[in-house]
Amino acid sequence: MPDYQTHEYDVLVIGAGGAGLRAAVEASAAGVRVGLICKSLLGKAHTVMAEGGMAAAMGNVDDRDNWRVHFADTMRGGQYMNNSAMAEIHAKEAPARVRELEAWGALFDRTPDGRILQRNFGGHRYPRLAHVGDRTGLELIRTLQDHTIHQGIEVHMECTVLDLLTDAGRMAGAFAYDRERGRFRLFRAPAVVLATGGVGRAFKITSNSWEYTGDGQSLAYRAGAALMDMEFVQFHPTGMIWPPSVRGILVTEGVRGEGGVLRNSEGRRFMFDDIPENYRSQTADNEEEGWRYTQGDKNARRPPELLTRDHVARCIRREVREGRGSPHGGVFLDIAWIKSRVSGGAGHIRRKLPSMYHQFKQLADIDITETPMEVGPTTHYIMGGIRVDAETQMSDVPGLFAAGECAAGLHGANRLGGNSLSDLVVFGKRAGEYAAAYAKANGAPQVNPDQVDEIGARALEPFNRASGPNPYDIQHQLQDVMQDLVGIVRRQEEMQEALERIDGLKLCAAQVAVPGNREYNPGWHTALDLRNLLTVSEAIALSAIERKESRGAHFREDYPEKSAAAAKFNLTIRQAADGSMALGHQPVVPLTGEQKQIIEEMK
Amino acid sequence: MATATPTQAAPAQRIAAGQKTVTFEIWRGEKGKGEFRAYDAEVSEGMVVLDVIHKIQAEQAPDLAARWNCKAGKCGSCSAEINGMPKLMCMTRLNSLPIDKPVRVEPMKTFPSIRDLVTDVSWNFEVKKKIKKFQPRAPDAPDGTWRMRQADADRVQEFRKCIECFLCQDVCHVLRDHHLHDRFIGPRFFVYSAALEMQPLDTADRLADLRLRDGIGYCNITKCCTKVCPEEIHITDNAIIPLKERVVDEFFDPLGKLFRRFRGE
Ligand code: SF4
Ligand code: SF4
Ligand code: FES
Repeated sequence: MPDYQTHEYDVLVIGAGGAGLRAAVEASAAGVRVGLICKSLLGKAHTVMAEGGMAAAMGNVDDRDNWRVHFADTMRGGQYMNNSAMAEIHAKEAPARVRELEAWGALFDRTPDGRILQRNFGGHRYPRLAHVGDRTGLELIRTLQDHTIHQGIEVHMECTVLDLLTDAGRMAGAFAYDRERGRFRLFRAPAVVLATGGVGRAFKITSNSWEYTGDGQSLAYRAGAALMDMEFVQFHPTGMIWPPSVRGILVTEGVRGEGGVLRNSEGRRFMFDDIPENYRSQTADNEEEGWRYTQGDKNARRPPELLTRDHVARCIRREVREGRGSPHGGVFLDIAWIKSRVSGGAGHIRRKLPSMYHQFKQLADIDITETPMEVGPTTHYIMGGIRVDAETQMSDVPGLFAAGECAAGLHGANRLGGNSLSDLVVFGKRAGEYAAAYAKANGAPQVNPDQVDEIGARALEPFNRASGPNPYDIQHQLQDVMQDLVGIVRRQEEMQEALERIDGLKLCAAQVAVPGNREYNPGWHTALDLRNLLTVSEAIALSAIERKESRGAHFREDYPEKSAAAAKFNLTIRQAADGSMALGHQPVVPLTGEQKQIIEEMK
Repeated sequence: MATATPTQAAPAQRIAAGQKTVTFEIWRGEKGKGEFRAYDAEVSEGMVVLDVIHKIQAEQAPDLAARWNCKAGKCGSCSAEINGMPKLMCMTRLNSLPIDKPVRVEPMKTFPSIRDLVTDVSWNFEVKKKIKKFQPRAPDAPDGTWRMRQADADRVQEFRKCIECFLCQDVCHVLRDHHLHDRFIGPRFFVYSAALEMQPLDTADRLADLRLRDGIGYCNITKCCTKVCPEEIHITDNAIIPLKERVVDEFFDPLGKLFRRFRGE
């Protein structure tokens, strides 16, 4: 029987990125006891990596913008697989969430008349992203973190949840371990908010931090909740590709927003060669117009470099495959050229893109004000995740809520840049609010001691084996499988093979052995992460096999077109009674009359 | 920049097109008791110190404890001392080090050791809680929003770049050598206080705290903190010195303060 310390809360928030912090703030404002668990130290969550900005139709730069346009853009980007109710809530509430950050100390870049400045971004019709240079995520997380510490929220840093606890089908809390001592912690809570982020660590090339091992999705799945849209994984078109050790690190879309262009080895702006039909009327057909757009000309249309991420990523892949790539297997992203068009040249670039300047200078010995960058696609984001109710963010399990990247619905088949940070605060707030209300309305659940014992014993198994596979090896093998077989371009046979290999890796993962003791032992932590990584990988592969069409971020070489039949359903994943993974179809949430009209108007 | 040399004068060590073996001496131990252990690692072009740590974890020492998150210099988790210099492991390229000799990696010395390269930085989180929070003036516009000039935001935005790596705390002699943790908040929190004090919308007053509780007087402007800041924040010139001036004006030279105000400074 494992030893553990017990903590009691009304609302337990798991994850302390933008969504988790916002949920914790809201729940504590409702007057309930809130505990916040983070896998790392406070303020280090993956949100810090977000660069470009936060989409909110405030209309500070272009007063033609409003929630209706933002809604239509989000739906178009998501290829109408989105939960339209979430897309509407998001578009309506994002401006208020941005303003409230300012009231809590965030310092956004300003317009000439002193309001919050907004920038252009792929798929957004008007300049819409509130930003702070190219470190908007850091500003968001620091603002929320500094606000949180005065709210009386108890924070458990470097603490990882092993499993959620249930009582007759409803939430009862979570069982976790702390990294420092390796001791177990029991958290009792009637309401739990998952805000654990994404799954990028299942792939070899990713912009995601080590924490992104699909924890929330897997915890919810094991607790009985449904996952949805797991086939929709976004590959960001511009990651660093050289030197090898930095492969995958993000190069913000902001570079293109500021006028950066993509070229192949022949120097051609290949993005002009393939502009999808549904974006043609909004896209510039010549370089001059594209440039004017990036410089704020309201009458110009956006350059094709700012088309949706899936499309840009596939165009880059095509150039590379057809032999027109850069020396290290990507294409060129050139911002240096704008020196001929703006005053202050190099200084202007450094001021607009300070982190990018710094990143290339330090990691690749490249001065981006002089030399084009080499870039290629990198695994960036999962649109799918835990299925939630649009209003309350509650999953199928009473008392279990989810917000941010680990929840599904807002982004449909593809997410627009800038819609993630706004997602975090809009739905983080809602999750916190409804979790607090749920906790007030429902009494304390019972924790089942057998369940706790079982989780604890399982977690310690890797120490009991004298020998066995190395957890790092298994993780690397899984990353190869997902990268090569379930990546940016997918085929039936390859994904079948991936499923078989995942099955094999599951067996290996059940045999891993870890040397050392429980104190701050990364080998052990890696072993414990494997289960979640394997769960989400299987869910992604299964869903991707089932969706026999190409839509948004999901591209099938064997089914390169969209299918009208497949447009009608979202795919769900649940744990079946026998423990296997079961797929389901669910009709796409129908549009309201008003929503239909908006989409029609904005076509 | 973390190195003391102002320019890239030293020729970068080229790692040959093939591979090369480099010896890493990594401090292994718990609660301050331990030793350096040597690991040989194959390295290749472009690698940073954190890559080598990961390689050693995967191949030789699965339980080697180290913190990291982003591997892109953005989260401030991977702070350590590399050949005696406080640095981010993920932003320290091997070609900036003399890799023909063993490379020493050890935890930050100013904070209590937990295990291997991991230290207990919780003191920093406690310090921050004590600093008065942001208190905005009433909104400027009827819709509840504020107006400010970019020029006024610029100054504070420099401070807001801080990634809380605590390397400046690690290097500051007031903490490192004199251990005045109970009387001195350290450069990171002078940057934090400056960001609040100079926030165009903020109305709270932290000067008395800075003088009495936070020990700004202990700083003798050695600028060591500025030199190690990976975000290149001008900690001393732009944060600490202006705060010291404000403290002096407030408590010792009210007339001078008035005078400076008239001149619009
Ligand atoms: S300048 Fe002041 S705060 Fe910075 S290291 Fe020196 S004494 Fe410490
Ligand atoms: S001021 Fe610089 S050195 Fe100090 S914690 Fe912040 S980023 Fe690190
Ligand atoms: S790992 Fe984030 S700064 Fe080094």
